[in-house]
Amino acid sequence: MSPAAKSPPAPLEAGRASSGRYSGWRLFLEGLTGQRGWSRAWAKAAPRPRYRVVIVGGGGHGLATAYYLAAEYGIRDVAVLERGPIGLGNVGRNTTIIRSNYFHPENIRFYEFSLKLWETLEQRLNFNAMVSQRGTLNLFHTEAQRDLFTRRANMMRLHGVDAEALSREEVKELVPLVDLNNGRYPVLGGFLQRRGGTVRHDAVAWGYARAASEAGADIIEHCEVTGIRREGARVSGVETTRGAIGAEIVCLAVAGHSSRLAAMVGLQLPIESHVLQAFVSEPLKPVLDVVLTYGAGHFYVSQSDKGGLVFGGAIDGYNSYGQRGTLPMAEEVAASAVTLLPGLARVRVLRQWGGVMDMSMDGSPIISKTPLEGLILNGGWCYGGFKAIPAGGLTTAHLIARDEPHPFASHLDLRRFAAGRTVDERGTGPFPYAH
Amino acid sequence: MLRIPCPWCGERDETEFRYRGDASRERPAGDAGLTAFTTYVYARENRCGWHLEWWLHVGGCRRLLKVLRHTLSHEIRAVGGPGDSLG
Repeated sequence: MSPAAKSPPAPLEAGRASSGRYSGWRLFLEGLTGQRGWSRAWAKAAPRPRYRVVIVGGGGHGLATAYYLAAEYGIRDVAVLERGPIGLGNVGRNTTIIRSNYFHPENIRFYEFSLKLWETLEQRLNFNAMVSQRGTLNLFHTEAQRDLFTRRANMMRLHGVDAEALSREEVKELVPLVDLNNGRYPVLGGFLQRRGGTVRHDAVAWGYARAASEAGADIIEHCEVTGIRREGARVSGVETTRGAIGAEIVCLAVAGHSSRLAAMVGLQLPIESHVLQAFVSEPLKPVLDVVLTYGAGHFYVSQSDKGGLVFGGAIDGYNSYGQRGTLPMAEEVAASAVTLLPGLARVRVLRQWGGVMDMSMDGSPIISKTPLEGLILNGGWCYGGFKAIPAGGLTTAHLIARDEPHPFASHLDLRRFAAGRTVDERGTGPFPYAH
Repeated sequence: MLRIPCPWCGERDETEFRYRGDASRERPAGDAGLTAFTTYVYARENRCGWHLEWWLHVGGCRRLLKVLRHTLSHEIRAVGGPGDSLG
């Protein structure tokens, strides 16, 4: 026996382990052999002392940034640091909606770019994310609201994005459960974006983690960042619960906690943290095959493939880092639900949870350099982080790799606040709790 | 549900109040310059911990209250009028 054969097998290079290609054929073959051929979807990497790029936050945006850095821009010396396990932060706490029905041209371009990336995501990642373009339907209840929505739909169509006006009757045909003549806010019609829909959020995290890992990035779980190192005006790495890690570029993708990370280098951001709740009902037979939003309150609902109604409303309304919701907002959401869909009044809520949002001062996200050289910020996502994951990741990777903003994300620069170029979709002003 | 002890009305449900944001910001002098005003309008400490904030008692005395509240536990430690220092 040769000496080589006695030595233990060489450890797999961290981050380079492959889970193989997923396909129906492979599923069939694995079925014949007891499903024993599957390996971990991504390698459990241990931190190395130094990387070119360290991404703080293993949520949707962090993982997508790592993936696009490796796959699109050829930067593979990347680590994603996540303080818990992958998928337990906001990427697994949202209501899974994708859409691009915005008003401002720069927002339409950005979110439409994201929607187009969703449309080919599964083929690209070789992962079933259950992208379902079932349509998003926004109801309106007053003449003024019809004007406002018409203006938005016109703007979308001018930019080549689909938007359709539906009459009351067409709304009823699409969603028979809607009470058109509900006592207080009769439904006058709706606007439908057929290409909008839902995506299974856990699969987005897993799919990007797997693809990023295969492309060469290290996914490091249970590694909390406790400090950011700097040398003069430049970032030089991070301190973590698993030791110091050097880096040329540090990217924060920790929406909900961006302010806390930025405070480590003495930076104050135009962000407040707020709690947004979500709910899921007991499973029902198929009753709703679009994403439905109520226009006379803040309420949105879709039905998951398991049958549960997934729904939510507005943020609780005051600064909070508690990943839980309070009852007044739960009551308001339930009241909206029952007003719009009285047939569901006796459906029981199965689970309720909260996520911490980065509510920015103008309601738009931030993908930007910061005053500290080499420190990149991806945050301020408000309610809208999930749908933006592919575009957010790609444009953040572009900013890191090319040292200049991606054309679709240049309006999300942090300097827009001082320069008076805020992108305030709702015209609310600098009141994060009101966006 | 927060229960906010209004100095004028007593302890009331949060639904009687409207949140008006961070109360720790101080308006700079008129000639303080653009950076000072940008910071005043946009930058927030956004602390995970004790937070000084404005609440308007719209469903009660309609007065503006200053409240010291913890942003993780939601515990309320002190409530006063706009001129009070709650430290």
